[in-house]
Amino acid sequence: MKPAPFAFRRPATLEEALAALAEEPGAKVLAGGQSLVPLLSMRLAAPSMLVDINALPGLGHVRCSSDGGAAGVRIGALARHAHVLASTEAAEVQPLLAMALSHVAHPTIRNRGTTVGSIVHADAAAEMPMVLRLLEGSVDVASVRGRRTVPAGELFAGPLESTLAHDEIAVEAFFPALPEGAGVAFQEIARRHGDYALVGVAALVETDGGEVVRARVGFVSVSDVPVVVDVTDSLDDPAGKALAELDPAADIHATAAYRAHLVKVLTPRVLADAVHHARERNT
Amino acid sequence: MTTKLFGTKVPRVEDQRFLRGQGRYVDDLLTDDPRLLHAAVLRSPHAHARITDIDVADVLDVEGVLAVWTYDDLVDAMAQPLPLLIPHPTLTHGRTQYALAKDEVNYMGEAIAFVVAVDRYVAEDAVARIRVSYDQLPPVVGIAAARAADRLVHDDVPGNVGARMEQENGDARAAIADAPHTLRLELDVERSACTPMEGRGTVARWDPDTSRLTVWSSTQTSTGVRGCVAAKLGLDLAKVDVITPDVGGGFGVKINHPWPEELLVPLAAMTLGRPVKFTEDRREHFISSAHERAQVHHVEVGFDDDGRVLGLNVEFWHDHGAYTPYGLIVPIITSTQLLGPYKPANYRVVFESLYTNTVIVTPYRGAGRPQGCFVMERTMDAIAAYLGKDRTEVRSTNFIQPDEFPYEHGLVFQDGRPLTYDSGDYPASLEKLKTLVGWDEFEDFRAEMAAQGRRVGIGLACYVEGTGVGPYEGAHVHIETSGKVKVATGLTTQGQGHQTAFAQIVADTLGVRFEDVEITTGDTRKMPYAVGTFASRAAVMSGSAIHLASLRAREKALRIAAEALEAAEDDLEIVDGVVSVRGTDASIDLGTVAVLSNPLRYAFDEASKAATQFSVGDPGKPPVAEDDEPGLEGKDFYSPERSTFANGMHAVIVETDPDTAEITILKYAVVHDCGHLINPMIVEGQIQGGVAQGVGGALYERMEYDEAGQLLNASFMDFLMPYVTEVPTTIDIDHLETPSPLNPLGIKGAGEAGVIPSAAVFAAAIEDAERPYKPTLAITAMPISPSELFDLRLAHADVPAEAIAEETR
Ligand SMILES: Cc1cc2nc3c(=O)[nH]c(=O)nc-3n(C[C@H](O)[C@H](O)[C@H](O)COP(=O)(O)OP(=O)(O)OC[C@H]3O[C@@H](n4cnc5c(N)ncnc54)[C@H](O)[C@@H]3O)c2cc1C
Repeated sequence: MKPAPFAFRRPATLEEALAALAEEPGAKVLAGGQSLVPLLSMRLAAPSMLVDINALPGLGHVRCSSDGGAAGVRIGALARHAHVLASTEAAEVQPLLAMALSHVAHPTIRNRGTTVGSIVHADAAAEMPMVLRLLEGSVDVASVRGRRTVPAGELFAGPLESTLAHDEIAVEAFFPALPEGAGVAFQEIARRHGDYALVGVAALVETDGGEVVRARVGFVSVSDVPVVVDVTDSLDDPAGKALAELDPAADIHATAAYRAHLVKVLTPRVLADAVHHARERNT
Repeated sequence: MTTKLFGTKVPRVEDQRFLRGQGRYVDDLLTDDPRLLHAAVLRSPHAHARITDIDVADVLDVEGVLAVWTYDDLVDAMAQPLPLLIPHPTLTHGRTQYALAKDEVNYMGEAIAFVVAVDRYVAEDAVARIRVSYDQLPPVVGIAAARAADRLVHDDVPGNVGARMEQENGDARAAIADAPHTLRLELDVERSACTPMEGRGTVARWDPDTSRLTVWSSTQTSTGVRGCVAAKLGLDLAKVDVITPDVGGGFGVKINHPWPEELLVPLAAMTLGRPVKFTEDRREHFISSAHERAQVHHVEVGFDDDGRVLGLNVEFWHDHGAYTPYGLIVPIITSTQLLGPYKPANYRVVFESLYTNTVIVTPYRGAGRPQGCFVMERTMDAIAAYLGKDRTEVRSTNFIQPDEFPYEHGLVFQDGRPLTYDSGDYPASLEKLKTLVGWDEFEDFRAEMAAQGRRVGIGLACYVEGTGVGPYEGAHVHIETSGKVKVATGLTTQGQGHQTAFAQIVADTLGVRFEDVEITTGDTRKMPYAVGTFASRAAVMSGSAIHLASLRAREKALRIAAEALEAAEDDLEIVDGVVSVRGTDASIDLGTVAVLSNPLRYAFDEASKAATQFSVGDPGKPPVAEDDEPGLEGKDFYSPERSTFANGMHAVIVETDPDTAEITILKYAVVHDCGHLINPMIVEGQIQGGVAQGVGGALYERMEYDEAGQLLNASFMDFLMPYVTEVPTTIDIDHLETPSPLNPLGIKGAGEAGVIPSAAVFAAAIEDAERPYKPTLAITAMPISPSELFDLRLAHADVPAEAIAEETR
């Protein structure tokens, strides 16, 4: 359980980091290391170089703005899960962040793992990639070629695969604020507290005068990539609609049928919670 | 004996060190020795294959690699299979592996090559460069495949059967045939493992100047390792020291020995003339240490209208993995300890111990008892359900009564001795448990919960545990001239609190201060005669030996003090290390007694002048009497005729989610009887740890092998050891103390108790929670996950809704 040999860089500026990545095709970014280091130790990944971004300045922020078109939470690449979770302001601007983050791993891992790293790691069993998709957020990425903004809908390519080029660093994630009249909710079932979910479900509903005008549901661990389903038109059987787009698989912890069953149990529950949340916020 | 410390909750002296990170484990040793080398092992990626070629040419190019061994490099005893530690007449086809695979591998993880390099990173790089050619063979995975025997693990073991053993008391089949009622059950338990926090590890240093080998190993038997190392490497026993430093948990797996690395590390150290270390990593622990528990059982039981068992016939199949280094201990324990606190009028048990192409099986905390308890308690529950009786009533009907001890079962136990229970009071234990868990009030609670749409269930399980198996343990007690007491016992310690519990015994027996006692365990330099720490035996065996050795030291102290104080021995007492004549001011401290015990020619300090030739002694007599020896010491051994039988009963209340099938523990209660308690806090810690491990075994952990014999969950990511969040925050514990008549302190072992009834008690409670809704649902296989409970619900019809409404009204 020792990694294969690799070169190690710990640049002090973003430019140096991007240059190092551009020069070394086998290089990988190291953020909190909570996903990457186990892969290295088990020799499931053997990059030729690690570019450790932990010394880069100005990336540890959790910044909230609650007005205007860009209302939301901006999370820098070095903001740890724990930091985001601790931000009461972020929880007010977008309550789903804290709701979901409390299910991400355990405190020790949240102290080190980054929310942006989790997003670009693109695990369909992880909470935050799905949350970003559900909220229709985006990620800002940089490379020697410049900067671009990738909308969440274009971020996830396949299992554990994002659309980022190998030499790109995600510098910031943007989670839009929860609009007025909207509500969110999150529930998941995991084998042990803090484990990756067997099934996780989040909902975002928008209401108008108490009526649901838009309802979307996101799913964890029942597909290869984070999936979000619009169920506005099928509120009588949202899980049925969702299951048509999901692909629950069997693994050593649960059968596919059990996962599908949990989708059926959780989807209406989470939608009801989100509607309740919307109403609560309005009163 | 005064009973000052014995029986009190003395805080554990080892905790400060452990909690502050000051424990010293094998991996901490020699870390600043620049000459230290590190080993890594190439392990078979296949469950079953013939090795046609091993090419190590690429390895020697790797900078920092010093040597690589394969089977062809081994000679003499090292080229022979590893020892079969516990032979048994019915183990007709016992097989053990080689230190490095010879021609064939029989499980994924079997050691093939051993690389030594300047650090573990380089050693692993080198391992990755060894090229092995295999002819894959079809693997045998699981008990069904082993029984079918379409394929063989070992060509020369027909039917994959290593052993077949049968014991019978009475005529069980005839009794069942004549019984008014009969039931049959099929009961499965899956594989799990000890998974201690610290894996295996060995460090060895060879001193060429003195031709001495020092081995540090994370083992449960340093004397066992010493014997094997000496024999395998062709060394005189006197040239080998084995020391067990702090051990980060064993739970059974470290009693098996020698592991290949326990021999290869010393071999490498001797060959290369530099110290060598092997530290097993987590993946290696999963695929190359040992597992346990997998058994399939077929039960036939005949009983009368009261539920009294007239005949019990159990056949079971035990999966012992690819080899049998530890013999048949696990299935023998199942076959005998299955009986628990009950006395079926006729009992027959037959087992087959089967080869599979999986990791070897050796005892894991509980060692076959969890399976036996599961079988017996599921049977009791089935009888109660069949007769419509309360589950505690059926159990009471079958209990051995307090006036029936010693109770002979007419069987032979794992130590080769008759299975004879020494003491216990099962009816009293059951009464305590019913009160503790609220058994009689449970139906009210169930109804209250049902009204809220919640499902709850209660289960109980009883066990008897043979503890303190022989052959012996010893102790050496030395009172130094400072008055400090140094005690050595040979068995090892892996965190149980031996330093504390043993010091309590010494302090009381000798009459010295607890703080003045220091205990050394598992160091063959200090006590070369010992067996090891397993089968809940340390307190019984070494505790008794330490007590006896302390008595001897005390006897001698009194004799010398009586002379010095010119008093009769009977008038003396020892309190806080001072011997005094009762009711007078005359006294002498034990340090001075120690000075007087050793006639000196040379004084080395003020106190020792008292023992020199012109100060003491009768010039007409030899300074050391003919039947005496110098020094204030006591040495003794304890070797009981047979095991002592502890017992206990657990109950659990669980909630099962009607929608998600999640299982939540609401209350866990334990009544425990291990005779006299040396330190109730330590016993309770053992119970709590055991229960936590039992929760793992019942609800979370299993070894997930696929058909090819690949272990799919060889990491803590997928092998679901429960977190602190999964185990009950409180466990209600009550004790009963029925002393053992077999040892001077009246104690019984407590190390495994917490884990034994888990599978049984959870199966019972989950089934009980489901039964009102699914009357035919039976839990017959453990562990159980929510996904599996969901499947079971699908497989069984509902009770019509009106019936439930009727019931709860
Ligand atoms: C025991 C355990 C339990 C866990 N449970 C959960 C869980 O329940 N839910 C969950 O969501 N996660 C879980 N995780 C994962 C955890 O959340 C990780 O921290 C997270 O997935 C990755 O963040 P990191 O900062 O540690 O990234 P790293 O491990 O450093 O990197 C992960 C990957 O992302 C890339 N990367 C990271 N940051 C950037 C960046 N800024 N730009 C470009 N590429 C980047 C790396 O190159 C690497 O490929 C668990 C981890 C552990 C060890």
